[in-house]
Amino acid sequence: MKIHIPTPLRSYTGGLETVSIPGTTVNTVFEQLTGKYPELKQHLFTPEGKLRSFVNVYLNDDDIRYLESQQETAVTDTDELTIIPSIAGGCCLN
Amino acid sequence: MLRIEYSDYEALRAHGEETYPNECCGVLLGKHIPGEEHNAAAINAVSQIVRADNTRTDSAHNRYNIAPRELVKIQRQARSLGLDIVGFYHSHPDHPAQWSKTDFAAAPWLGCSYIITSVEKGKAATTNSFLLSGTEEDNKQFQDEAIEIMMATTSPQNQKGRA
Repeated sequence: MKIHIPTPLRSYTGGLETVSIPGTTVNTVFEQLTGKYPELKQHLFTPEGKLRSFVNVYLNDDDIRYLESQQETAVTDTDELTIIPSIAGGCCLN
Repeated sequence: MLRIEYSDYEALRAHGEETYPNECCGVLLGKHIPGEEHNAAAINAVSQIVRADNTRTDSAHNRYNIAPRELVKIQRQARSLGLDIVGFYHSHPDHPAQWSKTDFAAAPWLGCSYIITSVEKGKAATTNSFLLSGTEEDNKQFQDEAIEIMMATTSPQNQKGRA
């Protein structure tokens, strides 16, 4: 399946915006992805293996955190994963 | 350095005036041009700005957030145009055009430019840009960066800071 890599993480995929990775679930695709591009792992996951809070992953149009099976959701070659970091902020404390 | 067309520069400032007293936000699409020899600075060259909705309706006067779903849509739009997300912009209503602790804490887009416009009593005042440099969350930092504003009928004009 295709995985779309956001601008700040492309330095870890050799500059590629889109990579093709085989897998049957979101998790197995992530395992293959971080196996092929090991430097990505620390930017996507905590040392405990959880997806970092500011990293969002969409399976086609759905946030995987809200899918019933989350990272165990089955995927096919025609699905697409998009990795998209959060963007937020604000001017002051109060 | 950030390079942007004058019309886009004015449009993002106008966006801050329209949403006042709330913060506006949006995305910068373009291309990252690596620095060449002689330690030349890299350039985030903006081709297009995309307005986004501020989803922080609970505290929109001093917070902004772009929904990830909207970001995915904008990233697809960029891809279809052969462009990348090279930065973001937002406004600071009645506060300086300087990054805040909140901006810094919620900034994971390394290598991207963060434009901030101060809007004073409804009028856009200063616009600054900050490059989020570093290689990971632990060593990231905001660096002041020059804004090169491309005028339609004249040669590029360097401008830093004041609008």
